[in-house]
Amino acid sequence: MAEVVARRPSTGSRWPLRALAVGYIGVLVVLPLLIMGRRTFQGGIGPFIDSISSPEAISAIKLSLNVAAQAVVINTVFGVGVALLLARYRFPGRRLLNALIDLPIAVSPVIAGLALVLVYGSTGWFGSFLATVGYQVIFAVPGIVLATCFVSLPLVVREVVPVLEEIGLEQDQAARSLGANAVQRFWRITLPGIRWALAYGVVLSLARCLGEYGAVRVVAGNVLGQTQTMPLLAGQRYQDLDEPGAYAISFVMVAIAIVCIVVVALLRPKENR
Amino acid sequence: MTVTEAAAPVGLVPPTGRAGGRGAEAPAGTLRLGVGSSLGIGLAVIWMSVLVFLPLAAVLLKASSAGWSGFFDTVTSPAVAAAIRLTVGTAAAATAVNAVMGTLVAWVLVRDRFPGRRLLGIVIDVPFALPTIVAGLVLIALYGPRSPIGINLAQTRPAIFVALLFVTLPFVVRAVQPVLEELDPDVEEAAASLGAGRWYTFRRIVLPTIAPAIAAGSALSFARGLGEYGSVVLISGNLTGRTEVASVRMLSQIENDDLAGAAAVATVLLVVALAVIVALELLQRRMARRG
Repeated sequence: MAEVVARRPSTGSRWPLRALAVGYIGVLVVLPLLIMGRRTFQGGIGPFIDSISSPEAISAIKLSLNVAAQAVVINTVFGVGVALLLARYRFPGRRLLNALIDLPIAVSPVIAGLALVLVYGSTGWFGSFLATVGYQVIFAVPGIVLATCFVSLPLVVREVVPVLEEIGLEQDQAARSLGANAVQRFWRITLPGIRWALAYGVVLSLARCLGEYGAVRVVAGNVLGQTQTMPLLAGQRYQDLDEPGAYAISFVMVAIAIVCIVVVALLRPKENR
Repeated sequence: MTVTEAAAPVGLVPPTGRAGGRGAEAPAGTLRLGVGSSLGIGLAVIWMSVLVFLPLAAVLLKASSAGWSGFFDTVTSPAVAAAIRLTVGTAAAATAVNAVMGTLVAWVLVRDRFPGRRLLGIVIDVPFALPTIVAGLVLIALYGPRSPIGINLAQTRPAIFVALLFVTLPFVVRAVQPVLEELDPDVEEAAASLGAGRWYTFRRIVLPTIAPAIAAGSALSFARGLGEYGSVVLISGNLTGRTEVASVRMLSQIENDDLAGAAAVATVLLVVALAVIVALELLQRRMARRG
């Protein structure tokens, strides 16, 4: 394709488009990130370290990691299972299921939180039942995990389905005719086939799970040291006029996000190869 | 016959002699449901019901709990109506910009070659990976009260617009990019060699092919814009009736224990999002048929 580009007589007229695209992304994304990075370290590295190692920051980081780990495991199991069903089977309601999996993307995180409160909150549908068995969901960790799973539901499924459809069933059937059972075929044939797509979906899902704010804010109640995640702490600090503190914890999240997208960028070409 | 991960126990392999019969029942490349895969579907539906369907049904029921007049009073109250208008308008405006700029960026990523192109591709994904509250703080760093370039958008409507542009940037780019990659540049070459201008070639050859992808990306971008909360809440100032978006309105209703009111606003947002997604889906199908 590069040769085609070079052969074209009007190569010069690409410049305006290129400049426009780069300029737009630069002003919208890169410049704010750079300013934010500079502002984070305005007071030097010392205050930054203090700010991200304070007890409330440590507990927020721990909670975020804990919630993200749970949600990612749930998403991965659900995602691979549903992807296998959607790609390999034809059953009544398949198209509906396929469409409804994307529903969480079209729903506001605040609505997601509200919806969970209406079902699992103390005045919700299952509220009195949950109170009887002594299991608190809303304003506790299980609610945060549910909210996080809600917003990241389709991410793994959407990455794995196209790859499963592409690799088809021939190898699987060949393995079966050689006597491999379902578990063997999954671990030896299916999983190696989808591993990059799966890794991609898991990383996307991880980034989303670590960063969810709106849905988590509704269900978490923001109890300091107990249900305060990293994003909630960042918002809280900003509203408490602790701007450097907000930027410090945000910088941690920016670093995680950038690691995630670099990993994704490294995974993507492998898939195409 | 099933390879359904956790849900499929071993031992569902049918006798190979039935393979021919299966072909008649299931389309090529697919399997017939067995016990394990049926169980898998059951588990998936239960989990989605617990997580998504029941809660969303609860929102709709809660919204109708005060009756039609209660619902109507809530959504037509000045603060709520202003928030909904602002949200729909800003999301539509951001989506329109995305449809144009996203297509342009995708085109540059696919058809242009320059140093740093791969980096540009990576930067596009930043808004997806960045937590929304961090996106809000990042924008405040540049466009907030202490803006180093002297542009203070805090507590204004343009701030909301910029925040939505930021968080919805990747949708159209990522929808259009793979379609453009599939499109053979030879066709454009041929058109150009026959004397078609650049714009004419784009409009008559490239655009019809990528239009469905633009529509799909725009639908996602609009839905996301309608519901956006984290990136907007800090920079918009949340002035009732002026810079308060629907999500922020809902959250303050929830915090004031007005769950029915929040559910009413939620219902309006869900209906608008659904209408736009269905409309763009129909448009997509019509274009696909014509193509």
